[in-house]
Amino acid sequence: MIDELLRPFDFEFFRNGLLVATMAGALCGAIGVYVVLKGMSYIGHGLSHALFGGFAASSLLGVNFLLGAGAWGIASALMINTVTRRRVIGSDAAIGVITTASFALGLALFALFGTAGRSFDAALFGSILGVGTDDVIAIFVVSILAFALIFLRYRALLFTTFDPEVADVAGVDTARMDALLTVVLACSILATMQVLGVTLVAAVLVIPAAIARMLTNSFARMLQFATGIGAVCGFVGMNLSYHLDVQSGPTIVLTAATLFAIVFVTTGVTGRRRAAAITARGPVAAR
Amino acid sequence: MTGRHELLALTGVTCGYVDEAVLVGVDLTIHDREFVGIVGPSGAGKTTALRVLAGSMHPARGRVARRPGLRMAYVPQVETINWSFPVTVFECVLMARVTGRRLPWASRAERAQVADVLARLDIGDLADRHIRELSGGQQQRVFIARALLGEPQLLLMDEPTSGVDVRLRHEIMHLLDDLNSRGMAIVLTTHDLNGIAAHLPRIVCLNRSVIGDGAPHEVLNADVLERTYGASMQVLEHGGMPVVVDGYRRAHAPHHAESHHA
Repeated sequence: MIDELLRPFDFEFFRNGLLVATMAGALCGAIGVYVVLKGMSYIGHGLSHALFGGFAASSLLGVNFLLGAGAWGIASALMINTVTRRRVIGSDAAIGVITTASFALGLALFALFGTAGRSFDAALFGSILGVGTDDVIAIFVVSILAFALIFLRYRALLFTTFDPEVADVAGVDTARMDALLTVVLACSILATMQVLGVTLVAAVLVIPAAIARMLTNSFARMLQFATGIGAVCGFVGMNLSYHLDVQSGPTIVLTAATLFAIVFVTTGVTGRRRAAAITARGPVAAR
Repeated sequence: MTGRHELLALTGVTCGYVDEAVLVGVDLTIHDREFVGIVGPSGAGKTTALRVLAGSMHPARGRVARRPGLRMAYVPQVETINWSFPVTVFECVLMARVTGRRLPWASRAERAQVADVLARLDIGDLADRHIRELSGGQQQRVFIARALLGEPQLLLMDEPTSGVDVRLRHEIMHLLDDLNSRGMAIVLTTHDLNGIAAHLPRIVCLNRSVIGDGAPHEVLNADVLERTYGASMQVLEHGGMPVVVDGYRRAHAPHHAESHHA
């Protein structure tokens, strides 16, 4: 039994995949706290789809995937951030247009020219088979950048997330904080796309944060819990992916969803009240 | 205002949202140690005026002059706070220390400062509680504590007594009086003409522009109030204090006290 469980560790692709999945879970768990609390879940979902356009274009043009899709993702992220802050048109509508157009472009490019390099299915649903050293390096670099941002700008990010208007008065450059967070979100989605897939990455951003919210009323603890929960879900989900012979994205998401259900039931009314509060939006317009 | 220094001055300020001007040509000066109430009907631009004073909104026209190095703190309406956000009282108050130290956790000195300000506001034993688990008065105190931790010279408060009962309103006003008597300038917005505004040394009547500005006995009169609220109002006197009564109620009231017409 133990031998069977340890057997995949003999393969380098699995060790790489497991490392990337665990780090991806921790990264998405931490970033997901801000995504959930700022009500940016739709942006996370949209950005992952927008990146698919960059993935298709870079695949077609033979450009390095991380650079091509990365540039595409950061441009989309900044565009979404600008639209959201300026409120020129409804942010939901603007995000919908930008991200679904990008996703549709990716699908059209694949339909017209076929795939080169990375597989279409892997991009959509994640796969451990294609995880290489460049993916390990990418997730490592993005994780360091993201956790450095969270650590060094913890107070400003917390204030911006909780109360952006007062944070502004207190001297926080909230526009810069929002832009940094959106760019880190785009980079995180890009770096985790290989194991999670664009269609499922949004779930890994949201579920660990939602579980952590049910467990605590403290922001600092929510951040720690979500990071740990994300890492555990990535580790367990990747192992299940190998043993069940199912794509890695679905197994990681299902692991997280199962944990959510367990915590939802065991924390009772308190947990449910906290989880329900996640959808509550913040500032109300006033004159 | 003789002998008092200007903290902040709005000159001909016009601003608003998208294509709608909420404030038009507003002139308003705040001096140190002042206690000012901004009153006006819903949609008059009270919160917008406070945001312009705070610097979180920039005017389309006009000028905002602040004394260099002015420390301000802004306490938003409690209705705009996301009470479901996972944050304890301690974490909330510590947000005021956003500049300077970069490490996520509080230093020993910061812990002592937060404990001190919470104790001053009689909520010292609530530091580890979630903000939603508090009573209305305690919640308001948490946000005043956050403001005080930044040691502001000017405290801006948006509707600090909206939706609270009489006892809590007295509690909050005593607290603000105390802060003002210690030298802090305070500007607040309020809908409550009799319970709050009439007790303040200076009232600004606002409806897109400044209609009246002065002591309660100078601005609380039928003419200014009608131009501010667009409705007939009468001012009575009770115990030397102006009492505002709306025209509808007065027309149906059986007895009238002495009234002051503009």
